[in-house]
Amino acid sequence: MTTLAVPPFERFYDAHREEVFGLLARRVGRQAAEDAFQETFLRALRAYDRLDHGEHLRAWVLTIASRVAIDTLRRKRPEALDGEPATHDERPVLAQLEHLADELPPTERTAVVLRYGFDLDYADIAAALGSTPEAARQAASSGVRRLRQKELS
Amino acid sequence: MTLPSSLDERFRAAATAEGLLDAGYDVIDSPVGPLFLAATPRGVCRISYDAEPERQEEQLARAYGLRVLRAPRAVDEAKRELDDYFEGRRTAFELPLDLELVAPFHREVLAELARVPYGETTTYGTLAAQAGRPAAARAVGTVMNRNPIPIVLPCHRVVGANGKLVGYAGGLHVKEALLRLEGAML
Repeated sequence: MTTLAVPPFERFYDAHREEVFGLLARRVGRQAAEDAFQETFLRALRAYDRLDHGEHLRAWVLTIASRVAIDTLRRKRPEALDGEPATHDERPVLAQLEHLADELPPTERTAVVLRYGFDLDYADIAAALGSTPEAARQAASSGVRRLRQKELS
Repeated sequence: MTLPSSLDERFRAAATAEGLLDAGYDVIDSPVGPLFLAATPRGVCRISYDAEPERQEEQLARAYGLRVLRAPRAVDEAKRELDDYFEGRRTAFELPLDLELVAPFHREVLAELARVPYGETTTYGTLAAQAGRPAAARAVGTVMNRNPIPIVLPCHRVVGANGKLVGYAGGLHVKEALLRLEGAML
């Protein structure tokens, strides 16, 4: 019997729930993380049967979590989004970042969001992307370069 | 930061309540050992004496879809009826079953099996005749062997023509224990 291309949802959930909860708690606070956690995995569950392969599941769920965190912050502090884009800040807030990063190619977007939005180090991002830390660093920096160019143009 | 178990349970309940699962399962304790119970939105689809979740998850995912989750709420009713059965308060099951993936002949035989009353036994040959295939006692044995929902579909009530217990997925001691619980003459 061949192995399944995508693991049963329970295996995926079991492998990532602790990390997702930890990241959400740091990002939106312990209290708000409870709803955000449920929302993240319900969104994942709704899309799960449309996945073609199980290669970047960690990056995928962390990207969903980052979107949920943004929605949560948006509800908590609507003014956070109305300010100037954080052009001077080396680490723009996640909300602005995600908004900008939406236009990047998938690998760069994931690398940028995980690096600057979730504060993961390149070893973790590499694991999420299924690449090397060096490739992850390059993806993040070329993503940032692309965003800067976009801002200037 | 560790995930609080209340939050984990809340997610599993919400996934079930929103109808997002292809199959939900749980492992329960019973007088005949741990039992694996699984249900699709249509009804209970599996009861197994092999309570090793990883192996079962994989099989459920292949049969019904990838959205397989341990979700006690999905098998709540089955658990309740089984508890009642093991405590001698229930002699017939009423929960909906999902036999969609069972082959037609198997389904016919299982339908006949479901009519064998509590506390009584029948033979493979009798069951074959009742399913309209008097010569198919051996094939009926195979159907019993692959019964996806033992206990509820009472293959433990089927014995050899000589009255011997013959075989059972959970082991002969389990077959015997179930028949004794039902007060069957052995």
